[in-house]
Amino acid sequence: MNASWPLLSTLIWLPLIGAALPLFAGNQRPDMARWLALLVSLVTFVISLQLWTGFDSSIVGMQFVEKSSWIDAFSINYHLGVDGFSVPLIVLTTFFGVIIVLAAWGSITARVYQYMAAFLALEGLMVGVFAALDGILFYVFFEAMLIPMFLVIGIWGGPRRVYASIKFFLYTFLGSVFMLVGLIWLYLKTGSFAILDWHDAALGMQAQTLLFLGFLAAFAVKIPMWPVHTWLPDAHVEAPTGGSVVLAAIMLKIGGYGFIRFSLPITPDASSHLDWLMILLSLIAVVYIGFVALAQQDMKKLIAYSSISHMGFVTLGLFIAFAIARNSGGDFQGAGLGITGAMVQMISHGFISGAMFLCVGVLYDRVHSRQINDYGGVANTMPWFAVFMVLFFMANSGLPGTSGFVGEFMVILSSFKANPWYAFLAGMTLILGAAYSLWLVKRVVFGDVANQQVSELQDINRREALILTILAVAVIAVGVYPAPLVEMIDPAVQQLLNHIGQSKV
Amino acid sequence: MSMMELKLAFPEIFVATMACVVLVADLYVSERRRGLVHFLAILGLIFASIITGSHMAAEGERAVAFHGTFVRDMMGDVLKQLSYLLLGIILVYSKHYLREFKLYRGEFYALCLFALLGVMVLISAGSMLTVYLGLELISLSSYALVALNRDNTRSAEAAMKYFVLGSLASGLLLYGMSMLYGVTGTLELTEIANRVPWTDNLLATFALVFIVIGIGFKLGAVPFHMWVPDVYHGAPAAVTLLISSLPKLAAFAMAYRLLENGMGPLQEHWESMLIILSALSLIIGNLVAIAQTNIKRMLAYSTISHMGFMLLGMLAGDAQGYAAAMHYAIVYTLMSAGAFGVLIFLSKAGVEAENLDDFKGLNQRSPWFAFVMLMLMASMAGVPVFIGFFAKLLVIQAVINAGHIWLAILAVIFSVVGAYYYLRIVKLMYFDDAETDQAINVPMDFRAVLSLNGASMLVLGIFSNALIALCVASFS
Repeated sequence: MNASWPLLSTLIWLPLIGAALPLFAGNQRPDMARWLALLVSLVTFVISLQLWTGFDSSIVGMQFVEKSSWIDAFSINYHLGVDGFSVPLIVLTTFFGVIIVLAAWGSITARVYQYMAAFLALEGLMVGVFAALDGILFYVFFEAMLIPMFLVIGIWGGPRRVYASIKFFLYTFLGSVFMLVGLIWLYLKTGSFAILDWHDAALGMQAQTLLFLGFLAAFAVKIPMWPVHTWLPDAHVEAPTGGSVVLAAIMLKIGGYGFIRFSLPITPDASSHLDWLMILLSLIAVVYIGFVALAQQDMKKLIAYSSISHMGFVTLGLFIAFAIARNSGGDFQGAGLGITGAMVQMISHGFISGAMFLCVGVLYDRVHSRQINDYGGVANTMPWFAVFMVLFFMANSGLPGTSGFVGEFMVILSSFKANPWYAFLAGMTLILGAAYSLWLVKRVVFGDVANQQVSELQDINRREALILTILAVAVIAVGVYPAPLVEMIDPAVQQLLNHIGQSKV
Repeated sequence: MSMMELKLAFPEIFVATMACVVLVADLYVSERRRGLVHFLAILGLIFASIITGSHMAAEGERAVAFHGTFVRDMMGDVLKQLSYLLLGIILVYSKHYLREFKLYRGEFYALCLFALLGVMVLISAGSMLTVYLGLELISLSSYALVALNRDNTRSAEAAMKYFVLGSLASGLLLYGMSMLYGVTGTLELTEIANRVPWTDNLLATFALVFIVIGIGFKLGAVPFHMWVPDVYHGAPAAVTLLISSLPKLAAFAMAYRLLENGMGPLQEHWESMLIILSALSLIIGNLVAIAQTNIKRMLAYSTISHMGFMLLGMLAGDAQGYAAAMHYAIVYTLMSAGAFGVLIFLSKAGVEAENLDDFKGLNQRSPWFAFVMLMLMASMAGVPVFIGFFAKLLVIQAVINAGHIWLAILAVIFSVVGAYYYLRIVKLMYFDDAETDQAINVPMDFRAVLSLNGASMLVLGIFSNALIALCVASFS
């Protein structure tokens, strides 16, 4: 069932144009800016729910399709549509749109109107990334996103914000320009900028390999994969809480989504040929970055490394498909679990990492430190907060019953079929993740009250409690009953498997 | 010479008349009433636009007048319309600057209009004679404009340097032209292309070298770029604004007329020359710009890299490539005009804002104009959805289409390098605190035009179809 009005365009343009509202409120009226931003983001979220309810999982292919000509001379279209991969990510984006506004309510006091406007614009652009079905349109959203994020890190960030913001921008920009060359090459080859046309295009092995590397440059930086991950800890640490939340919860997913939308279906043979590289890099991320996370003293940095490690699961789940198919004599149907797991992991990690950054934000707002050593015994003064924090860090370590378990379990299970050693190494994350997450909780939340500042802490207020409760519900809901999510993703996974199962050479 | 032919050249005749009228009118208005001259010049531009627009050449139409020396086609008409618009923007920005710097004199307007006339003649050039005529008219007006502030030693030095190097370039170009004339016995460009047995014609290739050098000089492409930073730096900002934008439209047209119309059969030769020029311009322009602390010099090196990008579009020698290069030239001039507009916006009573630090904390002093500059810088860096991205997209597409995929990769890598110094300005405006909270006082018309100029980056980007279609149609 498709809505009769352009739902996707509404979801893109409402926050983009709505970003002007807080700007009109101006610097003098921060409260008005906050309320306007909340209004826009809430309306966007409510409308996006219609995307979820209106989406028909039984239909194969894109839904809510909108298409009109944009640049005639190069057959570039304003072409939108969603499938089972994009709907959950879009809803996640609009969901966090509301959370960000709420989270900034008390903690951002300087230039509130610009902060709100930047995040609303960012929200619209990110929805656009997930909805775009035209290569150039995708690229436009993919890149335009950098500007608001650059400003967010640079204006409201920590002491090394300039370095972090410029590094963030240049890293991602450098990665994506290679993709642009690839997109243009594909256009000249196929005469179309439509991503779906590219899925069916026949390409030689050399061309596929080069294209694959071009896409890899863009998405590996974005997701990020070892060894091009170094911008992320810097960006996370320096960004304000809202910036970290958006980065971790949504922006990293764009990398994973890119692999699903571009690399796998357009260059399946190159992906199959180079899957050892991807699996290797994923496992390095899972294990090595897990150890790196263990050594961190800064809470945000720890979560940043944890994110990289968890994103290693996503790329692992996506690229073991080929090994599984080879083991079962070319049958790709058995590989679906890994891809579904990767997708669930992305959604779950969105909630959990967002929630963890918000927890750190709550502490930072009060103590103005992110160092683990500055805390201890927070549970004594902030019991309610401690409940949430423990829950989210448990979820991060993959506790059954939380969303963190579902995706990881699916990917590990699936990787057994590829190679038991992959499963063994991936399974390490359950130990490492538990180690760094719980150790952090132990040092920050439990124990004796460490110092004067901790003893004077106020427990979370109603606004913070509301945010954390919503997130806790989401984390547990996905953990206990992931079926609706999996059902939505499943047809898209089957379609993807059909694409990657066919050689394009 | 029939009436028909005169009619084709009516816009040029009108602008020439207006230039003289402005020059004379200035003698009769008092210092206080100089606004009248400004008004007259703007009015002239509007009428010139109407006159050109009333007989716009249609797609594929090509009318020739005066024994082939003058060509009227769609590309020419589109470029002329943009030249009027651009000069209009420039005049609004300059008025404020000239007042603040006590340079508000009538000659400025007359010289600008003569430069415009040169641009128009060059755009419509059908023979080497008109090419040279137009080029010299632009150059001589520019030399005089650079020296407008004659008591300033830096301006005088810049003017001198510009004059010497510019004359040298003209000389080289003329030398190439004379050789070509020797080979073909004609000055008319399309006739040249028809008349020569081109294969292994050493003299013609030799002539081509000099002509490409001449074009390289005028565009400011590496290694013929030495004059650019010094002249940009030394000239008053209002004049830099002019010479960094308007003549570039003409330089594109000159390159097109000479290389494509006149020497199309030698495409494989000039293609390799342009590859060297554009690759070097991209590399040197972008790298050296990073080291600049003076904003005018930074923008000068940025211009060099942009011209390299524009040449990339031309080297393919096909309609798509020319459309991409023309689009790039148009977009570049709008971005450059806007950037210098902001520079003038920040200047106050006799002190030019020329150091990067002058941008510090602009977001606190004037959020809207900081955003305008942000849009201009993002557009220059080629970040979507701003129009600069589409300009780069078209060029890269043409380059890949011509089979130079490595050149395309070089171009995008150096766009990232370029992004660094554009971001640095954004950083200064948004991340640093203002050193002064002095209010910025500029007149209303200045604000309005600058706002539109900045907003056009976004609007033209979102609705990019129109301009691209216009450029593509110009070469179909």
